[in-house]
Amino acid sequence: MYVAAKGGERAIENAHRLLAHERRGDTSVPELSLAQIEGQMAFAVDRVMNEGSLYDRELAALAIKQARGDLIEAIFLLRAFRATLPRIGVSEPIESSAMTVRRRISAAFKDLPGGQVLGPTFDYTHRLLEPQSLDVVVEPALADADVASSPRVTDLLAADDLVEPSPRPEGNVPVGDLTQDPLEFPAGRDLRLQNLARGDEGFLLALGYSTQRGYGRNHPFAGEIRLGEVEVEFSPPELGFAVPLGRITVTECQMINQFRGTATEPPRFTRGYGLGFGHCERKVMAMALVDRALRARELEEEVKAPAQDEEFVLSHSDNVQATGFVEHLKLPHYVDFQAELGLVRSLRKRFQDAATGESVREAAE
Amino acid sequence: MANSATDISANEMQTRERRREAMAVLTRSTACEIAHYFARIEAVPEHTELRPPQSGIVMVRGRIGGDGAPFNFGEATVSRAAVRLASGETGFGYVLGRDQEKARLVALCDALLQSDIHRDSVDREMLTPIRAAQNAADELTARKTAATKVEFFTLVRGEG
Repeated sequence: MYVAAKGGERAIENAHRLLAHERRGDTSVPELSLAQIEGQMAFAVDRVMNEGSLYDRELAALAIKQARGDLIEAIFLLRAFRATLPRIGVSEPIESSAMTVRRRISAAFKDLPGGQVLGPTFDYTHRLLEPQSLDVVVEPALADADVASSPRVTDLLAADDLVEPSPRPEGNVPVGDLTQDPLEFPAGRDLRLQNLARGDEGFLLALGYSTQRGYGRNHPFAGEIRLGEVEVEFSPPELGFAVPLGRITVTECQMINQFRGTATEPPRFTRGYGLGFGHCERKVMAMALVDRALRARELEEEVKAPAQDEEFVLSHSDNVQATGFVEHLKLPHYVDFQAELGLVRSLRKRFQDAATGESVREAAE
Repeated sequence: MANSATDISANEMQTRERRREAMAVLTRSTACEIAHYFARIEAVPEHTELRPPQSGIVMVRGRIGGDGAPFNFGEATVSRAAVRLASGETGFGYVLGRDQEKARLVALCDALLQSDIHRDSVDREMLTPIRAAQNAADELTARKTAATKVEFFTLVRGEG
């Protein structure tokens, strides 16, 4: 039963005023600008764009500032804003092979064409806090850039037929879109990847980790991780040809996994794929592990671990949905609780009556 | 696509390629930069807005495995505008982000590029300097990146 209750308006208004006051913090400390957040909290911005599923660095920075650094709250703000914008259309698929590479590594091949390029990485740092280093402006080293291209590692393996090919586009089959239609099971790999791309990094990280620990093991190698800029192209209907919209930064992970062969096909490595906005290699690695795990049925593996269960994974990966349902528990449930209270009281009374009856019987005997 | 590459003239293909290349350069710039160079163009004809500048979103697609079937990767903010010059040319501006003035300027440049009178000055006064600055920035990024390339060497162990 729902009972309308009024009241609390002034408390709510004042709570929001207090929030705004505390958001600003100590006024003797300079206020953060959006450009500072965009430039110096870049990984937070990238995470909010990914899980908010909207590429717009300035909006993500604004959301982080407004949410006081609560990234899930910021992701929620971005999703809500996105819902106010009209959909202009769908881009041409981005070409990650045409990426302007700023980082590209392979844990599978040491000497690959294009080389191992570390780029701006936390890898190999000592993870020691260095307070004195923060004020120092560091000039990067420069070296002669060679013009050699960086072919994808999976293309190199594919040349010898050692890795499975990517699934080909199927004629006029529409591409699934979670923003237009509710998720249904079984979900195709297109929908699964869209879900994972906007899924919570912590959730995917834990699931990916679980596959490594034996819950749906699939023997992964980081075939390739690349970071850089790609052009986004769009074909406006009134123009009749594709035009460039600008460049976005993406991170891509090609995981190479345990091989598989059938009576008709020779053994080949299988693959998991991860793609994310901005620089987000932990996310795309976890995504690739989970993408591969979710292919269990397709690859005729026994589905027995959480990471292989698409209904479990895809239904719980969205942190806006998750936080909505968990956090709604703090909203007033007075009437529900009153009902539960009545029930537990009547159960206790029955229990006590039974106990009293027992003792009366015992005394009579 | 409505017009396949086979039923349009070589001239039209060349124009499209020029427009695409110009858009690639302009969409990477800020509205401020574009406006700065646009001020150099003389005798810009009167123009009307066919479509008032508008912001929205485009669903960005990726490919499964990087080269396979498409999937919906995530959305991006996009702004667009369309203008028509008094001389008849129609220009379109589609740019990532929410800067509608940038979309309007790109549409104007796109229209001017189709005009025999203005094509060369847009190329000379705008695209050439902006492209040069972008190439220099790319070159610097490539050199910073190249400095982080691993040079492996092998340690020889034992008595040989």
